Amino acid sequence: MADDKKTFSVFLAGIWKENPVFALLLGMCPTLAVTGDVKSALTMGLSATFVLLCSNVVVSLLRGLLKPHLRILIFTLTISTFVTIADLFLKAFLPDMSEKLGPYIPLIIVNCLIICRAEACASKSGVWISFVDGLGMGLGFTITLCILGAVREILSLGSLFGYRVMPDGFITMFAFALPVGAFVTLGLMLGLVNIINTKLAK
Amino acid sequence: MDNVQALILAFISIVIVNNLVFSKFLGICPYLGVSGRIDMAFGMGLAVTFVVTLSGIMTYMIDNYVLMRFNLEIVRYVAFIMVIAGAVQLVEMYVRKFFPSLYESFGIFLALITTNCAILGLCLFLNLWEVHSILMAAVMSFGAGIGFTMAICIMAGIREELELANVPDCLKGAPITLITAGLLALAFMGFGGMIK
Repeated sequence: MADDKKTFSVFLAGIWKENPVFALLLGMCPTLAVTGDVKSALTMGLSATFVLLCSNVVVSLLRGLLKPHLRILIFTLTISTFVTIADLFLKAFLPDMSEKLGPYIPLIIVNCLIICRAEACASKSGVWISFVDGLGMGLGFTITLCILGAVREILSLGSLFGYRVMPDGFITMFAFALPVGAFVTLGLMLGLVNIINTKLAK
Repeated sequence: MDNVQALILAFISIVIVNNLVFSKFLGICPYLGVSGRIDMAFGMGLAVTFVVTLSGIMTYMIDNYVLMRFNLEIVRYVAFIMVIAGAVQLVEMYVRKFFPSLYESFGIFLALITTNCAILGLCLFLNLWEVHSILMAAVMSFGAGIGFTMAICIMAGIREELELANVPDCLKGAPITLITAGLLALAFMGFGGMIK
């Protein structure tokens, strides 16, 4: 029973307390680059979750064999294998999405979140915990990306998933679809998270 | 003549207009992590410039002369990451031998150049933008490094001043840095119309 509790807390940590984007500030590049609309944010989040989950499990299985000076190489090779799978999958089944995300899918290889989890969790703990950790972190990442994508899509285009949700008089600010919007939105959201955390601590 | 002009234009466009940090969101982690002090930012910029130039040229050659010729594109990502890891190892050995104090202050961030998305990103973009000559690939990868150095140095300069500013509590640290980066990106958008 105590075991279940621990597993669950590992899972929850990824979603709020150690949320990859808000608390650990990892995986910034895709966070900023692909959150122009919710759909690409969701695709990116799910691909990253898939890679994170698989690489966490494989690294955890290999952890007895890891040599300290070779581990980063082994991590990146494992990760790039799974990224190749994800990339080919997207090319085959979601060609326009794959076109739109372009090089940001292969860039999951160098996403610090995935390497960080391989180093901090998977290379030290068992397969089950690594699996749960990967799932929690991946979901936390996906949720954060979707929130960011939703805010930016509503402000820049007045739509969600491509459907118009705002009333006619709504003034869209296209700047939010551009790099400026990405940086500023994320900065303000981090500020908001800080405020919430101080409130919770009291 | 046209050739030289094309090279110069490509260089300017990648340094200013298509700056990897401000318009492609690449290399954000070291950009936020090492931009606290200007000397470190500069050292980091130089290290990245070296690695990106070397690996840009190498991956271009591997991609065009080996992978595409033998239809091995499927191992592209694996091959690229090996080249980059090798180049970073080289830099790490060099810096440790000749600049031990810089090596100390970089800490983990030097090894993390391997996972700097600016480098892999550029190698992939070279392929995506259909660069046709190796000279062009060299110029563009060098320009990307210079652009990154410029961006991180500007940021370090601003952050040194920010320490003295009165920032609201909830925005201290990362949030205000991100907002600053956003404003810089806005400024850099102004260069957008310069080259078609």
